[in-house]
Amino acid sequence: MSVALPKRRKAKIPILTRVPRWVVHVVIFVFCAVWFTPLLAMVATSLRTNPDTAAGGWWMIFVKPLVTLDNFTRASDLLELNTSLVSTLAIAVPSTILTVIISAFGAYALARMHFRGKAFVFILLVALLAIPPQLAITPLLQLFGHLGLGGSIATVWIWQVGFTVPFGIFLVRGYLFTLPEELIEAARIDGASEFRLFFQIVLPLITPILASLAILQFLWSWNDLLTPLVFMGVANHEAPITLQLASLFQTQSGLGQNSVAAGAFISVIVPLAVLIGLQRYFVAGITGGSLKG
Amino acid sequence: MASVTFDHASRLYPGSTRPAVDQLNLETADGEFLVLVGPSGCGKSTSLRMLAGLEEVNSGNIFIGERNVTDVPPKDRDIAMVFQNYALYPHMTVAENMGFALKIAGINKDERASRVLEAAKLLDLEPYLGRKPKALSGGQRQRVAMGRAIVRQPQVFLMDEPLSNLDAKLRVQTRTQIASLVRRLGVTTVYVTHDQTEALTMGDRIAVLKDGLLQQVGTPRDLYEKPANIFVAGFIGSPAMNLFVAEVVDGGVQFGTSVIPVERELLSSVNAKTVTIGVRPEDIVVSSAFGEGLPVDIDLIEELGADGYLYGHADISGKRTDLVTRVDGRVHPNAGEKVYLTAKPGHLHLFNNESGERIGNKPVVTA
Repeated sequence: MSVALPKRRKAKIPILTRVPRWVVHVVIFVFCAVWFTPLLAMVATSLRTNPDTAAGGWWMIFVKPLVTLDNFTRASDLLELNTSLVSTLAIAVPSTILTVIISAFGAYALARMHFRGKAFVFILLVALLAIPPQLAITPLLQLFGHLGLGGSIATVWIWQVGFTVPFGIFLVRGYLFTLPEELIEAARIDGASEFRLFFQIVLPLITPILASLAILQFLWSWNDLLTPLVFMGVANHEAPITLQLASLFQTQSGLGQNSVAAGAFISVIVPLAVLIGLQRYFVAGITGGSLKG
Repeated sequence: MASVTFDHASRLYPGSTRPAVDQLNLETADGEFLVLVGPSGCGKSTSLRMLAGLEEVNSGNIFIGERNVTDVPPKDRDIAMVFQNYALYPHMTVAENMGFALKIAGINKDERASRVLEAAKLLDLEPYLGRKPKALSGGQRQRVAMGRAIVRQPQVFLMDEPLSNLDAKLRVQTRTQIASLVRRLGVTTVYVTHDQTEALTMGDRIAVLKDGLLQQVGTPRDLYEKPANIFVAGFIGSPAMNLFVAEVVDGGVQFGTSVIPVERELLSSVNAKTVTIGVRPEDIVVSSAFGEGLPVDIDLIEELGADGYLYGHADISGKRTDLVTRVDGRVHPNAGEKVYLTAKPGHLHLFNNESGERIGNKPVVTA
């Protein structure tokens, strides 16, 4: 009681330094455990044999560490990994590239160029953000049918790109406004054309936000089940890995959950690698040094 | 090299009723260093941006040399601009920053490199050519911004408060460097600043703007000795000129108990009972003994080494008026004392109360 800190000083200390350090560690540990446990369970299950899984929970792997890679071979057969992985890549890669390119162009036009109807276009864009994509399923299915695109991978691109671009433009436009106007003016005075300005000045400076957008779109596109299911169908020979996994899950009775876990692991490992690989582009401060220190 | 002419150039921002720049007429001779100065919002930066082509000209024309550039895009005006925040391309090295314009102009790699190197030598930037802007200090960045302009060998340099982001000492140092460099290169320069000291020390001529209107153009000496109106009188000079309303009496103007004689023909052109008189702090004689002059109570003495400034107040026709006077830095009266001020002969400025315009062409010679 007698050694209580004066109130004035207490208020200045940030909250984290007042909480004992071990409490912080415990909280972080609990959060990690809650998030990590299912992932661990999946990996453990994918490495165990069917009889083992039937005999006890996944944690028994730590008691009886007998591992096998059979589940992966089986899963890769059942998921038709050769074609489904290619399909998924054929969906996710163009979808991501198109989204990033169109968003960058659109955002630049809306943020830095002057043309008639700019405000209207922007309001339209914001309105598009508010439309639930599910509303468009039926009309688009009909449209794709009329256009003879039914069941093709292109339909998935159109859907995914179409519904992310408004968000993408919104995101990149906001970031563009943080670029100092003088940079663009300086380039104009230096003689840069609109195209050079975009490709040599603006694009290198907005890489961090484009990387974020690319990661988001790639993850979404990779993990998307609804769109390929609706537009391509389960029986499609180009079905991506998510579709294959879903049907595997429905028919698991004879095969056990081990192959499903292995399949799930395969489908997760690529986006995880992409995320970790592109993380360095998030590094802030690429605009550092342009303006006064 | 070329001259620059503003011919009734105006800029009205959309949604505003008062033009940011109103009918600006201004001429800069070939190779001249012209400073645009004024308080914030006076239209000096807007004028510069109009010249750069970054701001639309709503009416009037702008010429660079004989060429009317009013509707010419910035890239075709053959100008180079130094921005207040430098606007260096953060993803390019110093050399790439400086060579960017040349690259666009299609100049071959060897010549580009030699011109960049030449400019870098001029600005002591050679060791930093391979660095990115973020690895440079503020002063170095400022020099890179200058270098980027110099490399272009443009007809006109435009500078928008290029020193305002430097610390005080570096600013004074860079000020002289820029002034001498630009004169050596002989390129016409239009320089914007809000700092009247910068204007006085750097410019061949100074243009003072206020509320979008040009107040006066002239050499630093002109502006200091013959301010055209009350605004210029108060803006140019530090500490500012003492300005107060004085009664017109027979043969002169009332200055405390003394009368400052004013030539008869000058006085007769004043059709009012009072005028605004202006005296610079260094043109006042302080006397401690009771005598003729304006009695002033000293509030504060500011010692600056060699010089000192006396801040005091006087009662002039029933109104408390603050006054500043230069005094000796070592020997001076102290705060709380009463002194008597008289104006030194030959340095009194008279202004019309209503219009604020200067009366007479020269400072009034007092007996």
